[in-house]
Amino acid sequence: MTATHCERLADDALLLSFGADSPPVDPDTNARVHRAAARIRAARLPWLRDLVPAYATLAVFFDPDAIDAEAARQPLAALIDDDTTPDEHATPGRCIEIPVVYGGAFGEDLDAAAAELGLTPDALIARHSAALYTVAMIGFAPGFPYLSGLDPALALPRLATPRTRVPAGSVGIGGAQTGLYPRESPGGWRLLGRTPLRLFDPTRETPSLLAPGDRVRFRPIAADDFARSETWA
Amino acid sequence: MILLQVLAPGASTTVQDRGREGWRHLGVARGGALDPVQAALANRMVGNPADAAVLEITLRGPTLAFDAPLRIALCGARIDAAFIAADGTRHPVPCDRPVALPAGTLALGMIRRGLRAWLAIDGGIAVAPVLGSRSTDLRGGFGGLDGRALRAGDRVPVGDSAPPQVGPVPEAPGWWIALDPEPSDATRVRYVPSDHALALPLSRGAWRVDPRSDRQGLRCTGTPLACPPQDLLSAPVAPGTIQLPPDGRPIVLLADAQTVGGYPRLGHVIAADLHRLAQARAGDALRFEAVDAAAATKARLRRSAEVARLEWAIDLMSPEADIPCA
Repeated sequence: MTATHCERLADDALLLSFGADSPPVDPDTNARVHRAAARIRAARLPWLRDLVPAYATLAVFFDPDAIDAEAARQPLAALIDDDTTPDEHATPGRCIEIPVVYGGAFGEDLDAAAAELGLTPDALIARHSAALYTVAMIGFAPGFPYLSGLDPALALPRLATPRTRVPAGSVGIGGAQTGLYPRESPGGWRLLGRTPLRLFDPTRETPSLLAPGDRVRFRPIAADDFARSETWA
Repeated sequence: MILLQVLAPGASTTVQDRGREGWRHLGVARGGALDPVQAALANRMVGNPADAAVLEITLRGPTLAFDAPLRIALCGARIDAAFIAADGTRHPVPCDRPVALPAGTLALGMIRRGLRAWLAIDGGIAVAPVLGSRSTDLRGGFGGLDGRALRAGDRVPVGDSAPPQVGPVPEAPGWWIALDPEPSDATRVRYVPSDHALALPLSRGAWRVDPRSDRQGLRCTGTPLACPPQDLLSAPVAPGTIQLPPDGRPIVLLADAQTVGGYPRLGHVIAADLHRLAQARAGDALRFEAVDAAAATKARLRRSAEVARLEWAIDLMSPEADIPCA
């Protein structure tokens, strides 16, 4: 399996495409992106400045004074082509459990969303929290995870009028994606609940709770436990 | 440690250095001075390392008061600058050279041609680094001075350094050194086109800079490029990426832009020309010129060589004695 396309993204970056650039998201393609990123990182190339995995693409930022784009393509191609079947190189990866208080003041759209889907609120909570999601990519804002793996039956269109303020830690559904808002911001997703965990703290050694490629599961907790929950240390 | 009292913040003044590399995979932009070369030249003039933090000034500068002498330098677009002494007298402060200021007030006014200037102070702006940089991340709300632009009443720390020996009025050398001394009102930027169908038509458009432009992106007004709606997966972008949103008016992403995007990509502005976008004012004419990757590399190396010559000149001239500013 090889990257289908390599193009210049900037004078100091290449963009590698692993699959189709339009929806739906293909989980196998995304897994290949993360495996390739892991191999490239492990190779410790001296000119590498950053690796940005996304749904079906991988950006490689390099030091243009140390190497030019043409010379960088070869070692990258070799690392990408070295993809063996998923079973053989199955990295356990991390599974991060995220406690969430669903509904009420913590998830203002839960009841309406459930009604729209023809479910009881409890059923919506059960189905949303039953799934194992993958951090397909992080972007839009520091620590903002794009999670793939949402049950297609739970897809919900964004709000016609976005909220001007979505509280930090809010868990929502936007279209066919689910995700979390690391920081208070405007937003149009349907809010199901909120986590007390800090998704992004730039003063920590590992600033982001989640990394691209991580697995994520939501664990419902009681509203009383919101304040008592261990904030991510 | 010296504290600068912000009496007036200016239109948009932020602490910037060279930015934070290596965090884009977590959604953190590189940020940093929109023209890191000008910031580095200003730093060199005052004897700072190239990556010391500076104040990036947009359109109208701040008024800063300080109770100890300072060595400063202003590079980039020419900015009206005056020193107000304790007795109330005003003295002009020149750009493009180190200036020794006695204790007093530095009043930075309008930039009339171009848009941005960088103020370096001997010792550097001494805010705490976050994720390896002192640059301000406005989206994340961290870095620089509390992750935001300067406000009246702020106190900005400056690192320790030997105070300049200076009399009652500002003193500066007779020489000045400037890269890009004459910003024009018609900006031409070279770009490497992508293989999108509208990548080359971009160069035929007569664009103007939209007033909604900022450190995240330069937006264009003009005859929209008609693009059939495309539903694309979000993919990584970079400073210089030229996006085509549904309204058909291109956006060139700059240092503070989001790290991923879902709009079609028409190509990227070459690194050697990004600084021109830092000086493009609302309403300015803007043209895109398609070039290939080899031309981009050549331009980058040529600019590096120009910068190296100016750095050498600064080092050569620096020991010359200061004279009082007129």
